[in-house]
Amino acid sequence: MTVAVSILPEQQLAALNAAYSQAVARRRLRLLLGAAGFAAALVLAAIGAEVNLRTLFTYFGNFISYFDRILTLDSGQRVWTDVGEWLWGWRKWLKMLGETLLISYVGTLIGATLAFALNFFAAENTSPAPWLRFVVRRLLEFARTVPGIVFALVFVIAFGLGPMAGVLAIAIHSTGALGKLFSEIVENADMKPVEGIRSTGASWLSCMRFAIVPQVTAGYASYALLRFEINVREASVMGFVGAGGIGQELVVAIRKFYYSDVSAILLTIIVTVFIIDITTGWLRGRLFGKEART
Amino acid sequence: MTKPQQVDTQELRARYPDVFDQPASARLAMPAMIVVAFAILIYGLVDLDFSPSRFFAGLSQLGWIGLMMIPPDPGSSLPIYLKALGETLSIALLGTTLAAVFALPVSLLAARNIVPSNILRFPIRRFLDSIRGVDTLIWALVWINVVGLGPFAGVLAIAVSDFGAFGKLFSEAIEGADQKQVEGIRASGGSALHEIRFGLLPQVLPVIAGQVLYFIESNTRSATIIGIVGAGGIGLQLAEQIRVLEWQKVSFLILMILVAVAAIDFISGKLRFAIIGRRAVA
Repeated sequence: MTVAVSILPEQQLAALNAAYSQAVARRRLRLLLGAAGFAAALVLAAIGAEVNLRTLFTYFGNFISYFDRILTLDSGQRVWTDVGEWLWGWRKWLKMLGETLLISYVGTLIGATLAFALNFFAAENTSPAPWLRFVVRRLLEFARTVPGIVFALVFVIAFGLGPMAGVLAIAIHSTGALGKLFSEIVENADMKPVEGIRSTGASWLSCMRFAIVPQVTAGYASYALLRFEINVREASVMGFVGAGGIGQELVVAIRKFYYSDVSAILLTIIVTVFIIDITTGWLRGRLFGKEART
Repeated sequence: MTKPQQVDTQELRARYPDVFDQPASARLAMPAMIVVAFAILIYGLVDLDFSPSRFFAGLSQLGWIGLMMIPPDPGSSLPIYLKALGETLSIALLGTTLAAVFALPVSLLAARNIVPSNILRFPIRRFLDSIRGVDTLIWALVWINVVGLGPFAGVLAIAVSDFGAFGKLFSEAIEGADQKQVEGIRASGGSALHEIRFGLLPQVLPVIAGQVLYFIESNTRSATIIGIVGAGGIGLQLAEQIRVLEWQKVSFLILMILVAVAAIDFISGKLRFAIIGRRAVA
């Protein structure tokens, strides 16, 4: 069986071809302009950040040899040949790691509670008054945009050195981040139960309690667990500014060039983060089914 | 008028046993979890030296600090601050770009549909995971040891820690790509490189571009904080002013950061929609 392929008349084809190549040329030009603009921005940024390729090349060897050095014991042997010597301070480090985990746990829980209290005011469909929504949203935005460690710097001065400042810093930052996510869940909630409960003459509080909360708790818990994961990482550096946790030990080891200690502490941090990631992932899978990880 | 229906609870119980007669373990699970969570909280508060007196003393101190922050005033150092802000933006842009450039080839190796061998992929994945497990601030400290104080260390710190994140995100984007187009290229006789260039990249590049823009945005925030350990940018100024208790300058710097972050958010949001259209970016 033969199939006839219809061929357009010459003139029509020429016009179409011209239009096609014009469209392609326009797209190429736009891409080129975009790339040129990006390259210009990069060059400007390189000048601004004092990037010096020569320094990079001379020092890149140092970066590699730094890892060589942190994996060498004082006796000149590799760290894994004498694990006891390498992890000599494991008691102290485990204690500090425990403190780090506690900081992130308490901070996450306080933050999640505050976010829970605030998010109904920030959601578009449940907020009692527009001005209240505006105020709460700006507050959450502020808490979320200022980095946690900046809060920690200020809190260390107000509350004194120690884990308390770290906990409060993490709590405030988590409030901002979770408040936004929570209110987005509320905005996606079904409003029919609310109407049903309101029609019985219930107050705003009862509407939230019996119509919204049952719909959203699973999402809340999932986000809070995810936040806990992030906060463990964050708490591990709170010690850099004196706000408690393992960061304190790490910064001392790095600054004083206790090479093998640096690798040992890093190892404990990485292992802890792994364990926490896997556990919370498993927990979320158990509690809420296999949903996509954000 | 209809009479309100009489509810026969006995009959309801008999008809829906799994609603009314849940096993004790299922009914007690939730309260037990709450009790445990609360117990850990109390233990944590005690262990971390929380005391009401300390808390309220700190709060009043915080109130004073807040009062002293008003009005925000840069003093005579506005030009220095503007330069520092420019440095921060440069750090974010350069660091993210470097990370993306290096992460793209590695992410190809970590994607299941490109490298089917588990043995090859596993070490790459774990390698990326361990890079991500280390915070940007720690990388900044390491790089300061290597290249000295200054913004260059910041660029490298952001580049390394984002390299881990990008490697994972990119490889997920590649795994999510449609295989049909790749098969089409293969059917017409294309080589493996052709498959990647014409079958995969057109699908994943917009997603990747969106993610890179999003990271530039969030790295503006990271770049402000790595200054605290000495890696240049506005964080350096902020930490210094906090240490010498110049609260008016501190509040001015925080305002500057907020405005800069909002501006970057706005611009990159526009750019993102221009590139990928109104689609959610993970």
